[in-house]
Amino acid sequence: MSLKDISTSVPKKDHKGKVSGQLPYISDVKVENMVYGVLVRSPIAYGKIKSIQLPTLPEGYEAVGAEHISGPNYVKIIQEDQPIFANEWVNYIGEPILMLVGKDLNTLYRLLDEVKIDFEEHQAVYTLDEAIQQKSATGITMASYEFGESLENISAIEQGAHQIIEEEYDTGYQEHVYLEPQGMLAIYREDEIVVQGSMQCLYYIKNALISALDCGADEVRVVQSPTGGGFGGKEEFPSMMACHVAVAAKAVKKSVMLVFDRSEDMVVTTKRHPAKLNYRTALDKEGNILSMCVDIYLDGGANAGLSQVVLQRALINSAGVYKIPHFHAKGYVLKTNTVPNGAFRGFGAPQSFAGIESHIGHLSKLGNFDPLEYKRKYLVKQGDPTITKGIFRDPILVEDMIEDLLTASQYKTKKAEFQHNNPQNLRYKKGIGTSLFLHGCGFTGSGERDHIKATVKLLKSKDDLVSLKISNSDMGQGIYTTLSKIVAKELDLPYERVLYPDPDTKEVPDSGPTVASRTTMIVGKLLERAAKKLKTQWQSGVEQEAVEHYVHREMIPWDEKTFTGDAYPAYSWGVNIVEVEVDTLTGNVKLEKVYGNYEVGKVIDERIMKGQIDGGLAQGLAYGYLEKMTSKEGRIQQKSISDYGPPTAMDVVSIDSKVFDNPYADGPYGAKGAGELTLIGGAPAVQAAIEDALQTSFQQIPITPEVIIESLWRKEGEGD
Amino acid sequence: MIKFTLNGRIVETDAPPTARLLDLIRDEFELIGTKEGCGEGECGACSVFVNNLLQNSCLIPIGAIAGADIQTIEGIMETEQFKLLDESYSNAGGVQCGYCIPGMIMASAALLSNNPHPTEAEIRDGISGNLCRCTGYNMIVDAINLAAKKGDGLWQKK
Repeated sequence: MSLKDISTSVPKKDHKGKVSGQLPYISDVKVENMVYGVLVRSPIAYGKIKSIQLPTLPEGYEAVGAEHISGPNYVKIIQEDQPIFANEWVNYIGEPILMLVGKDLNTLYRLLDEVKIDFEEHQAVYTLDEAIQQKSATGITMASYEFGESLENISAIEQGAHQIIEEEYDTGYQEHVYLEPQGMLAIYREDEIVVQGSMQCLYYIKNALISALDCGADEVRVVQSPTGGGFGGKEEFPSMMACHVAVAAKAVKKSVMLVFDRSEDMVVTTKRHPAKLNYRTALDKEGNILSMCVDIYLDGGANAGLSQVVLQRALINSAGVYKIPHFHAKGYVLKTNTVPNGAFRGFGAPQSFAGIESHIGHLSKLGNFDPLEYKRKYLVKQGDPTITKGIFRDPILVEDMIEDLLTASQYKTKKAEFQHNNPQNLRYKKGIGTSLFLHGCGFTGSGERDHIKATVKLLKSKDDLVSLKISNSDMGQGIYTTLSKIVAKELDLPYERVLYPDPDTKEVPDSGPTVASRTTMIVGKLLERAAKKLKTQWQSGVEQEAVEHYVHREMIPWDEKTFTGDAYPAYSWGVNIVEVEVDTLTGNVKLEKVYGNYEVGKVIDERIMKGQIDGGLAQGLAYGYLEKMTSKEGRIQQKSISDYGPPTAMDVVSIDSKVFDNPYADGPYGAKGAGELTLIGGAPAVQAAIEDALQTSFQQIPITPEVIIESLWRKEGEGD
Repeated sequence: MIKFTLNGRIVETDAPPTARLLDLIRDEFELIGTKEGCGEGECGACSVFVNNLLQNSCLIPIGAIAGADIQTIEGIMETEQFKLLDESYSNAGGVQCGYCIPGMIMASAALLSNNPHPTEAEIRDGISGNLCRCTGYNMIVDAINLAAKKGDGLWQKK
């Protein structure tokens, strides 16, 4: 198949193996001399281990713990605060203390119940509210940033303001629910440990293993298995599992498999950070914004993980897509004795956009403006500064996208119709809401240049087949297909002659992790360049390779300390409109229509892009009204999928979407990031629609039936 | 000893009657197309046919399947119906991470065998026991719609 237009869809590279189920995910793999591992976990939220009493272990069964770790006892991520196996203190319920390994899983589960651990319990911090109260106490604030206009200036503006509006907004946990639970296998060999499993970031894992095993780079090897969904959940978390199985394999000299069942996965793996966002906005008489202060608190859980980077993205997005005069923001990641929170599609941005879209919507109502018209007054334009004193350099098409979507959705007609009909329909109320959003593509600031330093390689065989040698994971988002297309088109080769084998660190250079909507834009561009190079040197029948390294485009340098500069090289944009029907008797929300317009530079494969839109929106909408996870005294309360409630086919409706072309010079064929963007607009649009239906305001997501019923009761009380 | 038919072949096992059908299929008969997503009958990744009825194999103790006719994705892989679903899922873009897909294919086949021309609402209902976290379902719904249209006659009730 030759590729005329890069956007035209092609069959996915991994379709056959997936549709037949014959593609082996990690839990489908069995190797010689393999034992299973199960983790002994902390049953308490905070305390000291006094003693551990193991049951008599049958022959072939062993316990592995901190004493078996050759290197330092932490999972190498950013901070050094996450033990591989708890040493003396435990900091959250579910923290791994020991691993039991042996042949039979049922025997292991029985033994697990017989392990006795004595603890000295200490007072834990269970909630974000408690942590906020104690934020100046030692060890509670794990990261913080502050930037923007000086508070003195803002205070002066507030003095002269007509009114000051303060709002507090809360967002809950979100659980990834990738359909394939986490799984990792360490294959034991005399001279190397091969770690294979479900993952997004091969070199994060490799670096964590080199540290934990205190070994040379050639003694560990990381291979990605087909990965059944990631959404950020397989970004940093698998590094810990990889350390567990690798340390155990070294200790028992056997291959060790660790696969979570669903309840273990739901209770102990990272989640989207619960957040509290405080807004303080000064308005003039006409309702115009004079200044705004935003404070963001993220519940980091018990370990730092990637939380500081999540906070950065939350803050950078704290003004949404708006040019707010006199803006100030600060943010904190706070430690609680709960399961560590981490990467999740959107990475801090979904919390910020839910908050700012909600707040701006509420401000518009104060001045009796239509929310969308009010938002449009403040929309950033090309050339405008960002809130971190960077610049929106490229053309911004959001106005066109809004206009188009207004027509497609008949927004104004619908809004008037609902306003007219709702009072007559006592039980069911309809509403329509919008969201405007962007996503900064790639790593924040100079991360690509300073930390990642990506390298890609193309390898041509004697029979002129070209293989992609990169460390990026296809976890369902389709990069086996899209990146192969970019290379095939550049080389003028049939798509079938470009191969993308499962990445293996023995074969591939570090092209960076599969995160941050960077893969297509950054790695894709490097591959495009490598393909151009290979093309000029092409000799049929000869083995050849082409290597390319990341080159940084100079912008306004990012300074993490002052929180200034260009935070991202480029931005992708989106507009959503959502129609709902709310049952005021039960509080149930039914989606009626969902619209989305997006701008991602250039689409590499239309069908794959539509898959990202539909899937991202389903997650984003559900984050706003359906998916609810809570923690009580440090214990996650939802241990099964149905307790938690991700959408089924019955909850979702057909999505009317369109993608606008706006090629970006530094992306392959003009492409920017797309994967995370699609999630971000869901929750704020669904909130706005519910508010429109009920003519009320909410200060939280998810807006579950309970929240709706409570608000209706309150409203009724006020009416009396 | 429990005897049953697996993908058209009579087989027997010494596994205890409380063992899960899912484990038996995967571990003893080494058929990996049936996946475990939740182990609690909530996600449908382990869907199989038991006497032509769609069931979650994680909820079935093998003591309950003596004499039954069990079909897994491997058992239907050579059929015209599977080939049509394969092609429709590809054309509609219904596959992302793939983990739910064998179960989804089983559910699709079950739906179309009972109702060769389902409405969109009937399709959504038919796959509502199968979770997918990647696609938001719409492209899977399209795939089933496509298979229904193209497969006129192929899905007649047995």
